[in-house]
Amino acid sequence: MRLTRPKVLGITFLVLGILLSLYSAARIDPAQRTTLGVGTLGTRDVPAQASLVLIGLITSLSGILALFDRLRRALAPTLVTVALLDMLALMIWAARGSSVDLVGMLAASLRMATPIALGSLAGIWCERSGVINIGIEGMMLAAAAFGFAVNLYLSQWLGPRAIWIGLLAAVLTGGLMAFFHAVLSIRFKTDQIISGTAINILAVGASGFLRRAYLVKAYFVGEILPIVNVPLLADIPILGAIFFQNRPIVYMMLILVVLTNFILFFTAWGLRTRAVGEHPLAADTVGIDVFKTRYVNVVIGGLMAGLAGGWFSLETVGSFEDLMTGGKGFIALAAMIFGNWTPYGAFMGALLFGFAEALEIKLQILDAPIPHQFLTMVPYFATMVVLAGLIGRTVPPAADGRPYEKQ
Amino acid sequence: MTAEAGKHRGIPWRKWVAAWSQRVSDLAIPFLAVFTALAIGAVVIWASGASVPKAYQGLFEGALGSPRGIAETLVIATPYTLAGLAVALGFRCGLFNIGAEGQFYLGALFAVWVGYSVKGLPIFVHLPLAILVGALGGALWGAIPGFLKARLGTHEVINTIMMNYIAVLMVDWLVNRKGPMWDSTSTVPRTPYILPTATLPQLVPPYRLHAGLLIAIAAVFVVYWLLWKTTLGFEIRAVGANPSAAKYAGMSVTRNFVLAMTFSGVLAGLAGAGEVLGLNRTLPAAFVSGYGFDSIAIALLAKSHPLFVPFAAILWAILRNGAGLMQIRAGISVDLISIVQALVIAFVAADEIIRWLYRIGKKEEIKEVVFTRGWGR
Amino acid sequence: MALALEMKGITKRFPGVLANDHISFQLEKGEIHCLLGENGAGKTTLMNILYGLYRPDEGQIFLDSREAHIRSPHDAIAQGIGMVHQHFMLIPVMTVAENVILGMEITHRGVLDRSEAARRIREFSHQYGLDVDPTAYVKDLPVGLQQRGEIVKALYRGADVLILDEPTAVLTPQESEELFRIMRSLAGQGKSIIFITHKLKEVFAVADRITVLRDGRVAGVTTPKEATEARLAAMMVGREVILSVEKKPAQMGDVVLKVEDLQVRDDRGYMAVDGISLEVHAGGILGIAGVQGNGQTELVEALTGLRPVAGGKVVILGDDVTADRPREIIEQGVAHIPEDRHKHGLVLSFPLADNLVLSTYYRPPFAYGVAINNDAIDENGRRLIAEFDVRTPSVYSLAGTLSGGNQQKLIVAREFSRPIKLLIAAQPTRGLDVGSTEFIHQRLVQRRDAGCAVLLVSVELDEIMSLSDRIAVIYRGKIIGSMPADKATPEMLGLLMAGIKETEGSAGDRSDR
Repeated sequence: MRLTRPKVLGITFLVLGILLSLYSAARIDPAQRTTLGVGTLGTRDVPAQASLVLIGLITSLSGILALFDRLRRALAPTLVTVALLDMLALMIWAARGSSVDLVGMLAASLRMATPIALGSLAGIWCERSGVINIGIEGMMLAAAAFGFAVNLYLSQWLGPRAIWIGLLAAVLTGGLMAFFHAVLSIRFKTDQIISGTAINILAVGASGFLRRAYLVKAYFVGEILPIVNVPLLADIPILGAIFFQNRPIVYMMLILVVLTNFILFFTAWGLRTRAVGEHPLAADTVGIDVFKTRYVNVVIGGLMAGLAGGWFSLETVGSFEDLMTGGKGFIALAAMIFGNWTPYGAFMGALLFGFAEALEIKLQILDAPIPHQFLTMVPYFATMVVLAGLIGRTVPPAADGRPYEKQ
Repeated sequence: MTAEAGKHRGIPWRKWVAAWSQRVSDLAIPFLAVFTALAIGAVVIWASGASVPKAYQGLFEGALGSPRGIAETLVIATPYTLAGLAVALGFRCGLFNIGAEGQFYLGALFAVWVGYSVKGLPIFVHLPLAILVGALGGALWGAIPGFLKARLGTHEVINTIMMNYIAVLMVDWLVNRKGPMWDSTSTVPRTPYILPTATLPQLVPPYRLHAGLLIAIAAVFVVYWLLWKTTLGFEIRAVGANPSAAKYAGMSVTRNFVLAMTFSGVLAGLAGAGEVLGLNRTLPAAFVSGYGFDSIAIALLAKSHPLFVPFAAILWAILRNGAGLMQIRAGISVDLISIVQALVIAFVAADEIIRWLYRIGKKEEIKEVVFTRGWGR
Repeated sequence: MALALEMKGITKRFPGVLANDHISFQLEKGEIHCLLGENGAGKTTLMNILYGLYRPDEGQIFLDSREAHIRSPHDAIAQGIGMVHQHFMLIPVMTVAENVILGMEITHRGVLDRSEAARRIREFSHQYGLDVDPTAYVKDLPVGLQQRGEIVKALYRGADVLILDEPTAVLTPQESEELFRIMRSLAGQGKSIIFITHKLKEVFAVADRITVLRDGRVAGVTTPKEATEARLAAMMVGREVILSVEKKPAQMGDVVLKVEDLQVRDDRGYMAVDGISLEVHAGGILGIAGVQGNGQTELVEALTGLRPVAGGKVVILGDDVTADRPREIIEQGVAHIPEDRHKHGLVLSFPLADNLVLSTYYRPPFAYGVAINNDAIDENGRRLIAEFDVRTPSVYSLAGTLSGGNQQKLIVAREFSRPIKLLIAAQPTRGLDVGSTEFIHQRLVQRRDAGCAVLLVSVELDEIMSLSDRIAVIYRGKIIGSMPADKATPEMLGLLMAGIKETEGSAGDRSDR
């Protein structure tokens, strides 16, 4: 039997489901209940053991269907739904005898998904024009550092308003790093993977240098961007709490997802961008400037990566720490691939990763009996699994990663 | 070309004789790349208000100004050489192994475990065993992304990076307080010390220089032999240069991906094993190596040729080792070296920049190694 | 007649090559002007200069008697020049409409107006008789329709001078006829057409005038009325050419390759080979004719183990090799001249000597155990290079430094250096000059006379007809008909290539199915 991807996934889900059911049946006290909260709408108690066994069985079933190729086109949606159920199972398990608020979890997911979604948008802008950008991580890191530095130094004169200039600086830093990547990979035709790696290393060095040389002396946890409630919308039950009671970068991310999709698929610039990413020579022969298109798109992508960097130091922590982006730039690439290089798809992927992270934090708070290192590993594992499961099912732009040689 | 020259196939100088003038300028590029990066570093130093001569003088003296300095430089060059070989071998097969870091961790972890837990063996059994198991740990961590790429086509770059994070977290869990390998008698989180029978002997006491250097030197020649004198090396290079043609000619591309990543992992694992068996004698939780990225630079600088790797490694060790004295003398952060390093990578990888800066003519290029572009099949 | 275009003294040098040497070329309004020449004669370079993809080193271009400066395709388009490239410049994942408007988009308040674009394209289609659905995705269209999309694209940009670069290479004879009809219709409405080809017959079918290029120079200007095929051929190559290969009658032996109901999927998962059965005998050449993209690539890849088989059976010399790996098939005595020599045939960064042992490096005398014997590899290289007349400074030169013809000889040398029972040759002379083509044809026939079974896959009908003992035509993954070579005519094959079967049984016997 050929070991195809649906089969690998099927076996994984089958084993996972069986283990879940068996473990729950054997080791969970049937009397324990979990309180699931739904924002302001109230709570509901569910029996922990029965719910987990049920979810385990559903998981096994979906695994069997995948294993015997019964799902076909429904494969991805089914498995994603089941994976979501399994995450719910994790919550029920961790919070047994206690409570967990689903709306709070979703709001946290959206928050945690923000840098990933912005990073994957950065990836989409670059790769739709044919430039692979593995340096998103570095762009984020450098942006986080420089944005924070600018905020720190300007706040002496400008007070709390400086943070907005800091955010601008973060965005521009991302753009600048991206411009460097563009010059290397477009003008000098460096291997784009190596160029991206050089960006990542440069960011580690430059941000570390900046922190130790300038930021440590004035080290403090400073301002972060304020929460902005959207008038009226913030009061909608459930949705309001998830979407409209957030900090600015979350809103910007949501707007940019929609905007990116619009530009890419409904404007002349988007059509040209996609043409350049698919078949640059064809674009050239109808008079489109391939190099210019790529430069602009890579830099726009960099600006978004910069915004993602700002999320770390200016919207979440209020300081800069070495390596604080923690691989989110790479996870963003996985989300981009997950979303088949479309903004909405990538956003869904980012939400999934964001959910995994929110879950990890929740489990830490609930003091679940799992070493925290394992919880921290979850997104990294998830990235590998997503890639293994989806590469080949998704189709990158045809000229992705290939330098264009003008004759 | 005479029959005489034919006896030296694969040895670089044979090619240089063939196209001497072109090659001289090609050879100059890595040096010019380092020089240019240092020059930009000088600008950064100057801009930070420090003294450039003091800084670079400190850098040089710290690395080479004393017997201790030289010994330390070689100590650092040892894992650099091994990890650099690991990345270079991957490059030869068209694989970009960013996972040397994780493989290094696994090598250290496995080696230290054998080093403290296996008792009652004589040194000539215990030490090789610890080294071997360390290599095995690295091999395991290399083989997984190799397998994923061969079987499912997922890009090794993302997978090796993810496995780096996983390795670091795993080591942290094992070694940190309450972890399975934690030495509860210690105030700092670390494993128990390895037994003397698992320790790599010092070469020139009292300096820290240890027998790991010999392993690194041996590895240079083994990798060279493997690549140019064996059928396996022939396959690895063919797969790296043109996987389609390799498949057409009856080679198994997937097998070579797995093997190359495994060997690559072995080399990085040896580097990790050498560090714990020769230097630390324990694995502390705060075990930061940074070799993963450094080794990429070294492999690129050496143009992925095993015989050049040790020289690139020594250059890198000089930068790292001298950085401390540079900081003391000129008050400039050691992180400056990371910036210089990133610039070197950029310049070596994009040698067009250097050619453009120094007006060196472009050669008719036939790429020896083709990286997988895009995200797999 | 007024001149639409004049090129004067165009010279273009590439490193080591003088691609265009003071070429002058005149195009009258409303004429179909054929640019004839061999591969490498400089036709495409000249047209790329006209289209702004290259800059000439010397020379001038006049449009409507005014000097034109064309620095980019953008300039060319602006001045009314359109080009249909040999490799279509269409983006497969986009619709015909999107491809057509690309670069000159129709927008409404910044938003692409797709319906307006479709409407305008239908207008054009109607005016010139170029039926194509603007909302169809290019990847779903057959090549003939893709080509129409290309022509519409050029017309949409206001092209008065239309360059068609080898447009018939991918078409069946019948599709070519249809193209010629469109060309005449365009010329009738005042468009001037430059038609690039190396096929003599087409020149007579459609051209008003002919300019022949050879070695980067103009070898002569003539008209179909004045010229004969033999004279044009002589102008093209500079000497009299033998238009057919001399070969003895076949001495057919046992069945070497037997394929039963073979099914193979392409990269996208579609059944590219859909139930093919055939037999190749020792001492015989079976030619597979067909328009490119009808499953030939997948068929060859399946036979050589490069692509998994979805169904059916492949038997070589009595052994079932259906599920075998490439190496196991090679060791059965199968040689393979691949369709794409840069992708499959050679490792360009390896020395010649290494390329010559690419599939035998692991066996004595080239290796004992794991140790490679470089002396033996070099010696083998020197011997084969001499025997197959590969022009190179040494066996250490990299394969990438050789010319196309020499690279192909290198592959042939390697594949023939083993004892072989079956030769699978896919497009063995694609892109080669006449000399190299003759050389390779002779070697193929030589092998056949020595008792080797040969499967020849080619889109060049002339090549198939002059070399084969039997001819099978592939259409949409099926063998649609087969016949002995001496019974085949181009018309019969052309119909089959277009998927049109004559009444059952009349096109020869059907024993191969």
